[in-house]
Amino acid sequence: MGKTFSKPEALSSNMTHYCPGCTHGIVHRLVAEAIDELGIRGRTVGIAPVGCAVLCYNYFNFDFQEAAHGRAPAMATGIKRVRPDLIVFTYQGDGDLASIGMGEIIHAANRGEKFTTIFINNAIYGMTGGQMAPTTMPGQRATTAPTGRDTALTGMPIRMANLLKELVTPGYVTRQAVLNPKQINKAKKAIKKAFEYQVAGKCFSFVEVISTCPTNWGLTPLDALKWAEDTLLPYYELGDYKIPE
Amino acid sequence: MQTEIKFAGFGGQGILLSAKLLAYAAMKQGFFVAWVPSYGPEMRGGTAYCTVVIGDKRIGSPIIKNPSHLVAMNRPSLEKFAADVKPGGVILINSSLIPTRSNRTDITELIVPANDSAIKVGSVKCANIIALSAFAAKAKVVDMDILRHCVMDEFSAKPKIIPLNMKAFDEGVDIANKN
Amino acid sequence: MAKVLMKGNEAIGEAAIRAGCKNYFAYPITPQSEVAEYLAKRLPEVGGVFLQGESEVAVGYMIFGAAGCGERVMTTSSSPGISLMSEALSYIAAAQCPAVFVNIMRGGPGLGGILPSQGDYFQAVKGGGHGDYHLLVFAPDGVQEAVEMTMNAFTLAEKYRGPVMILGDGMIGQMMEPVEFPDHLKSEPSNKDSWATSGMDKRKSDKRNLVRSLFLDPTELNQNNLTLKAKYDRMKKEEILYEGYNTDSEYKVLIVSYGTMSRVCKTAIDMMKEEGIEVGLLRPKTLFPFPEEAVFTAATKESCKAVISIEMSMGQMVEDVERCVKGQRKVDFYGECGGDIPTPEKIVEIIKGLL
Repeated sequence: MGKTFSKPEALSSNMTHYCPGCTHGIVHRLVAEAIDELGIRGRTVGIAPVGCAVLCYNYFNFDFQEAAHGRAPAMATGIKRVRPDLIVFTYQGDGDLASIGMGEIIHAANRGEKFTTIFINNAIYGMTGGQMAPTTMPGQRATTAPTGRDTALTGMPIRMANLLKELVTPGYVTRQAVLNPKQINKAKKAIKKAFEYQVAGKCFSFVEVISTCPTNWGLTPLDALKWAEDTLLPYYELGDYKIPE
Repeated sequence: MQTEIKFAGFGGQGILLSAKLLAYAAMKQGFFVAWVPSYGPEMRGGTAYCTVVIGDKRIGSPIIKNPSHLVAMNRPSLEKFAADVKPGGVILINSSLIPTRSNRTDITELIVPANDSAIKVGSVKCANIIALSAFAAKAKVVDMDILRHCVMDEFSAKPKIIPLNMKAFDEGVDIANKN
Repeated sequence: MAKVLMKGNEAIGEAAIRAGCKNYFAYPITPQSEVAEYLAKRLPEVGGVFLQGESEVAVGYMIFGAAGCGERVMTTSSSPGISLMSEALSYIAAAQCPAVFVNIMRGGPGLGGILPSQGDYFQAVKGGGHGDYHLLVFAPDGVQEAVEMTMNAFTLAEKYRGPVMILGDGMIGQMMEPVEFPDHLKSEPSNKDSWATSGMDKRKSDKRNLVRSLFLDPTELNQNNLTLKAKYDRMKKEEILYEGYNTDSEYKVLIVSYGTMSRVCKTAIDMMKEEGIEVGLLRPKTLFPFPEEAVFTAATKESCKAVISIEMSMGQMVEDVERCVKGQRKVDFYGECGGDIPTPEKIVEIIKGLL
């Protein structure tokens, strides 16, 4: 029997620092598979965020730059504008992208920058230790919302895919999840499509991925998957929000 | 030796351009020059003024409190700057818009109806060129042929308006000579 | 090439192109917006990249990204904008990427004013952003020098793999002076394949490059900071530029002044010379590295009784001057800010007060 399973070339062989049950590792693999399948590893530059994925360049095997908190889309713009032949993607969490980096992502998307953004939405700040994010659900507990998010004081969770959909500039905007194998397969297709749009020089592409954070949610990995299904998915509806003409 | 000429008027009167053309001519003649604008938040209609410094060695301070000469294109400019001009200088007064005079006896007043003459020549837009050539002819700060050439060069992208501006230039010189 | 009459801002834009920089990102702010306006027209003509970013914050990172993948890149701004870019400057310095930043200073703090100022000396020379880093800082005194320093800045940014700043002021940006563009640019051999994220294919390499500033291991962080320090030490040996004016005379007072302010001082020195009063000027052309020895030597000349730092600020460079004079002479200060540049007559009055 031949080899049936192997590590994508675009992934390194380092062990990740992610917590048990965290879905970053799954999304890393999906990105790496897409890059391998498209044969673009030698001309890809990733942009690492600030957040749990700050060290994600340790798990990929191609050129990487590391941004300041929220600024990845601006860095990606800088690279893609001066080297349109490179394949550029940002990998950002919800604190990074939807809070401190809101300006950068909106404007990059609106300019139609030809790069790809992978947006990990797990409704919490992970690396800094479970603080409230713009995506935290009403009533969801966080270290800075000890009695649960009070929407009268902090507003409702921001739905990034819905927001970006409203921009008139064409783009690919989709929301996926990685809570079960079926969703993972669909997310893989979406991520690959996002890179394909970039390879074709077509448009900005944005893949929001509903993920888990068992540690900061205070749940077991299995309970975390269930909580995400029950609580996040009804609010963060999955599907393609915008497809370029 | 250093000569400083202040150009002043309303924004939109072509003050900065007149000053630039004078600076250009002086540069072509081999002088050191600096064109020092005032700049403010107003884009149109405010006061615009600008100083051209011409010298035979590198220009030191670009800040000139007392210029050698003044080209005043509107009344507030004359009122604001006439007293600053060094004795012996030329003050050009655009009499189309300024009914008053400088009240100075130690300078040469050059009365030029720049707007009226410009309308006569063909367009009020070239009042700044008339003032420039009249001033330069009187104050003798640059070679007039070089200056004339600089004016021509300036409009090289719009050849249609060169004859008008040349006519304005010559009209200015004429006014200065008769003044 | 023949001389042309150009505004400082436009000349800086042209200088960048002639230095081989075809990438420019910026955000409008008075008094330097003419650089962006000029390059918006000029860069497409040479196949370059012009982009107006959504904020100075974003622009700082567009510069970081472009510099990180090994392309020559520049931005220009003015004081409040540089504050916003200072975060990126710290990252760019830490990640060791070459980039050129131009600050056409206006009055501050806060929104301040739009007239010329030298209130950003501390920001440029001592930090601005967080952490142990420096910028190589050039201080031109006119349009010609702004051009030469801008062109040279790209070479030095690459030599030192770090951000270089041109610290001008509103006067230099707005005034027109004759300028001659040097024909050739000296360029250090590029070593960017060893660090830039230019793509492995392009480098024909299996080794990927990382551009980063996070070093969680204390030894690694310490090492990175030592590498930066070694660069700053080398700059102090190799890049100091200054000019002496009337320093051959038996001057009683030494002025230390830079940029536009130094030109006013030169005129004041000429005026005093006519009256038989000798005053010298030491003009730093690089503010970091600072001409420490030159200031000390000029200040401790036997004839020199007093030293004065004259700035368009409330007293910033004077701290460096005092440091360099090492207590050997009294160091005075005179400065004005707000936008009215002190006149030569005022400087004469101040100097006479010291005698």
